[in-house]
Amino acid sequence: MVSELPWDSKTGALKRELAEGMMNPACKCALEAALQIKETHGAHITAVAMGPPMAEEVLYEALALGADKGVLLSDRRMAGADTLATSQTLAAAIKTVSPDFDLILCGCRTIDSETAQVGPQLAEELDIPGAADIETMTLKDDLLVMERLLDDFFEVLEMRTPALVTVSTSGYTPRYPFFTGIEDAFAKPDITVMGTSDIGLNPDCVGMKASPTRILDVYSTTANKTNVVLKGAVKRIVADLFNAYGDKIGGAMGKDLQTHEHESS
Amino acid sequence: MNDETGSEIWVFGDYRNYFQNRVTLQLLAKARDLSRKISARVCAVVFGCGIDEYVAEYAAHGADKIYVVDHPGLERYQIDAYVALMERLCRERSPEIVLVGGTGFGREFAPRVAKRLKTGLTSDCIELYIDDEGILVQTAPAFGGNLMAVIVTRDRRPQMATVRPGMFQELPHDYEARAQIVRIDPPADPPPERLRVIRSDRRPQTDRKLEDARIVICGGRGMGSKAGFRKLFELAQLMGAEVGATRPVVYSGWANHDALVGQAGKQIKPMVLFSFGVSGAIQHTAALTGAGFVIAVNKNPDAVMMKMADVAVVADAKQVCSAMIKELRKRIRP
Ligand SMILES: Cc1cc2nc3c(=O)[nH]c(=O)nc-3n(C[C@H](O)[C@H](O)[C@H](O)COP(=O)(O)OP(=O)(O)OC[C@H]3O[C@@H](n4cnc5c(N)ncnc54)[C@H](O)[C@@H]3O)c2cc1C
Repeated sequence: MVSELPWDSKTGALKRELAEGMMNPACKCALEAALQIKETHGAHITAVAMGPPMAEEVLYEALALGADKGVLLSDRRMAGADTLATSQTLAAAIKTVSPDFDLILCGCRTIDSETAQVGPQLAEELDIPGAADIETMTLKDDLLVMERLLDDFFEVLEMRTPALVTVSTSGYTPRYPFFTGIEDAFAKPDITVMGTSDIGLNPDCVGMKASPTRILDVYSTTANKTNVVLKGAVKRIVADLFNAYGDKIGGAMGKDLQTHEHESS
Repeated sequence: MNDETGSEIWVFGDYRNYFQNRVTLQLLAKARDLSRKISARVCAVVFGCGIDEYVAEYAAHGADKIYVVDHPGLERYQIDAYVALMERLCRERSPEIVLVGGTGFGREFAPRVAKRLKTGLTSDCIELYIDDEGILVQTAPAFGGNLMAVIVTRDRRPQMATVRPGMFQELPHDYEARAQIVRIDPPADPPPERLRVIRSDRRPQTDRKLEDARIVICGGRGMGSKAGFRKLFELAQLMGAEVGATRPVVYSGWANHDALVGQAGKQIKPMVLFSFGVSGAIQHTAALTGAGFVIAVNKNPDAVMMKMADVAVVADAKQVCSAMIKELRKRIRP
């Protein structure tokens, strides 16, 4: 049986489409943080996604929830980007679409590769202050006060906007779209699709060409596992389990689990 | 002057939770191992204030050479200052490889350093080796640990990786070991502190029983009810095991949040893991990559958790739990 891996062995790129069409949990929290700021201070929210045309779904969702504008960066040449190239592409898009931004909010990590690297690298690329894994934040004029629990330290942090925050999944609870919101989003979706030249980048500055890392191989940890399946009567299974693996289990327990009775039952 | 030729492997000295998190020592041991193949020197890089005790520890755990920047301005982990210093040192001394522990701070710090140096960085590696061309081959989980990606940075230097804690074994403390200590002055004009740390308080030490347990029994929604889930505690007590839980279980109040295993909870690395009525969502399995022998119980033989297991038991989770309790009572002699 050939298992379908979300990886193209010819080009060495992860096929993110399989995870696409679904907003990352952490990005939902980042959007929630943006919506709360909009409600208390007023704001214009631009949702930005990078990916195949299908990723537009995510922007519809963001608009339905209350974002004002969507930007989809979609260009074959952007495929295979590692975090360094991605942060460069996102920075170019932000400078094109919204050069006077006050705040960039990112999910602290994606569920597909979990690098958690794009946010901090984007802050570097834009040369603005940045903070990662933030649980709560409040904005007073241009001062952002944030809290986070990192490595067993509770921290209160401050920085001035324009700035970048990566939002953790433990502080904000994403809202669900109301139906009116959804209708609005579909009635007049303000979504712009942009390619490499639209954001003023040279094709050599995006995608795999601009990525110092290469994926040599992707393998499944589950596919080739020789796996013993036990089924049948529960009592029998449990006896078999201890007969076959009693030394392993007992070893971890620091006890001898030799059968003392019913050995042949 | 000491010998300054030859390549270097650097390990960032992340000592903030020295006694709870030994990742720096684990990386020094791994760096020793890697250094043989490319005849590199193993170097620790430490920033802080009054940090001689850590310098001594790193010397005793495998560092040949330690770069130390000791200054009151570096007393707290401060991202702008630490990144600028690391960037400067890398530019001045061109290490071949830079390894950073995958702590919260490390995972914010390393991407910024890599960005400034325009080099590649692989996050959360669980395995590292040097191939025949002398390139660092890095294995990192993708898609929640169900897939592994093997990644290299061919042309840029340094080759950078953050590494998950608990993946490598630290070297025993060697009192005889001596390292070359290189003290470096902090920059005369430090970068502006754009992210200011107003407060940084150590939280009362969190309980690490689950993370360090030799046997973990994880229960999921398949335990059916709070009473069903409670049975796992009885089993755990017999085995001297700790009980972990999936998110729905915690949300239903069958177990405390402390028991949550997964992306939003704890990483575990038991020798033996029992998984009862767990489907195997990536947010959960991401935390299981360090588990040794896995025994899963599920009614559904096709559940991802069953595919990941060494032994897949197709049965009712509660019944298996009760039968195991009975069987163990027979087998464990007082
Ligand atoms: C941002 C985010 C973070 C998350 N973080 C975490 C996290 O840290 N940890 C976590 O665990 N989850 C997390 N989740 C949730 C995760 O996606 C899954 O929903 C969760 O892990 C599923 O838990 P489960 O396996 O107990 O339940 P289910 O997915 O409902 O699975 C129950 C399993 O039990 C089996 N079963 C049912 N009845 C029986 C029976 N009688 N006997 C035997 N088997 C039976 C079923 O076949 C099924 O496989 C997170 C989700 C998000 C969006």
